[in-house]
Amino acid sequence: MIDQFMETNEPLVRVEKLSVSFGSQKVLRNISLSIPAGQTVALLGESGCGKTVLMKSIIGLIRPTRGRVFFDDEEIQLLNDQQLSRLRLRFGFVFQHAALFDSMTIGQNVAFPLVQHGDFTPQQIHDIVLSRLSEVGLPDSVVTKKPAELSGGMQKRVGLARALIMNPELIMYDEPTTGLDPIMSDVINELIVRTRRRNPVTSLVVTHDMNTAKKISDRVIMLMPASRLDPDENQIIFDGTVPELEHCRDRRVQQFINGEAGERLMEMRTAQNST
Amino acid sequence: MASIPSPSQLPDDSRPRGVFGWLLGFVTHIGSVVLNGFDNTANAITSLGAFTQFVFRTFSWLFSRLPRRGTVWPNFYEVGVNSLPVVALTGTFIGMVLAVQSYFQFRQIGLETRLGGVINMTLLRELGPVLAATMLAGRVGSSMAAELGTMRVTQQIDALSAMGVNPIHYLVVPRFMACLLLIPTLTVMADFMGVAGGHFYCVNILGIDIHHYWHNSAKFVTNFDLFVGLFKSIFFGAAIAMVSCYQGFNCSEGAEGVGSASTRSFVYSFVAILVMDLFLGIALDSIYFTLHPEGASLL
Repeated sequence: MIDQFMETNEPLVRVEKLSVSFGSQKVLRNISLSIPAGQTVALLGESGCGKTVLMKSIIGLIRPTRGRVFFDDEEIQLLNDQQLSRLRLRFGFVFQHAALFDSMTIGQNVAFPLVQHGDFTPQQIHDIVLSRLSEVGLPDSVVTKKPAELSGGMQKRVGLARALIMNPELIMYDEPTTGLDPIMSDVINELIVRTRRRNPVTSLVVTHDMNTAKKISDRVIMLMPASRLDPDENQIIFDGTVPELEHCRDRRVQQFINGEAGERLMEMRTAQNST
Repeated sequence: MASIPSPSQLPDDSRPRGVFGWLLGFVTHIGSVVLNGFDNTANAITSLGAFTQFVFRTFSWLFSRLPRRGTVWPNFYEVGVNSLPVVALTGTFIGMVLAVQSYFQFRQIGLETRLGGVINMTLLRELGPVLAATMLAGRVGSSMAAELGTMRVTQQIDALSAMGVNPIHYLVVPRFMACLLLIPTLTVMADFMGVAGGHFYCVNILGIDIHHYWHNSAKFVTNFDLFVGLFKSIFFGAAIAMVSCYQGFNCSEGAEGVGSASTRSFVYSFVAILVMDLFLGIALDSIYFTLHPEGASLL
């Protein structure tokens, strides 16, 4: 399926030898990948392996230490503030904890991109907001509520509605199901699949949840923390489809899929003792 | 920067003994002090560079595109309207305190009628602007740092960026404009209430003759004194907005990070106000004495 995408679609996102360090801590090391338009990619890996950092580097929220990121052949790092703001209108980002503006109502939150960038009348904005909220299964009555009055699952759905309101070409989900009950997790997964079905959108989903990865993705990329690799080892330990992931023989991949601690506890103790 | 292990951190069998051990420990200690010094200096220079870049980006957005009215008015209201009562109250009391503190000294040399000149000049040139700025730094600056810090910690600032809205343009420029444009009005309020408080205490409580009180005020206090205070206040307002917003934007994670950003914003703003007060005072005096050489000859 990946080959099929590569053949038919130009890469929308291209990452070349990307490295990101925070002080002396290397989080990403020489990452190269490309994502064709229309593909849904699940980015898997244990906590602290740099999944979110990779996603934020793609959108230009984190400046890489080395390497280049291209979106539709435009190099993100070469853009100034204004150009970057304009380019970001083509992205949608669903944050892990929704990141709704707590001083605004739900309606104002969802309408925010339209108010800032669109040329719509208040009535048009109201109608679009209600239609987006209904797409994610929220009633009209939430419009006047503040984010603190909603549950975690509802906040995530509002975040999704807000990310979709400008019809983005690339939508990124940062751990969309973390902290939700299994039913609400599946509701979110279903919404991601429906969004994809409704619009020809490219999606990048950072997740720990294997159910999410299996349900929504065309392609799975698995990262390992740079600190646990040899200097010349590739940080991407798996790149393929879900069936390929399930049959992958790499012990680290299997450990992650099956949720086995293995020798990790021993490694963590050794690391703690050596510091 | 990696720290050098001190001899006490080495395993017992590999730790050198005697004079050599002491010497090694001493040199290691000196080395680590020097390295820490370099580290702190490098961090300070990096922070200063980052702050300068933040200020440049704010100015670049300010001059390229003004923010929408909807984002500007709430900040103007918060800075201008909500700060007025506290500035007026403290201004009144500082005027009366000045009268209390200077009355007995001036009375001893029979110059109590000159108090009007002294109190009003001190208020217009120094205490009015510094007091208004301090109140603004404490009331508005800390709250800006806490609000922006919370937005940083809860990824609301990242959310703005992700939606193609520049956070400096949306969050910092309106706050900067509010502080810059409204601090002169707060200073005028602090000046006015201080002058009124000084008048009330001197004339109504201490019984100083009203005619001489105001005659001496008019004799010593000039429009330039009012200008000096208002001119300085603009710089204070800019410093408060920049320092507070920078602290909020660079807040570290967690409740502790937000709290310390708020505290740092007040402390750094207050230090900046006093340092700028000194240098602006010197510069403005030099300008005055260049324009009016007869004033300098009186000194």
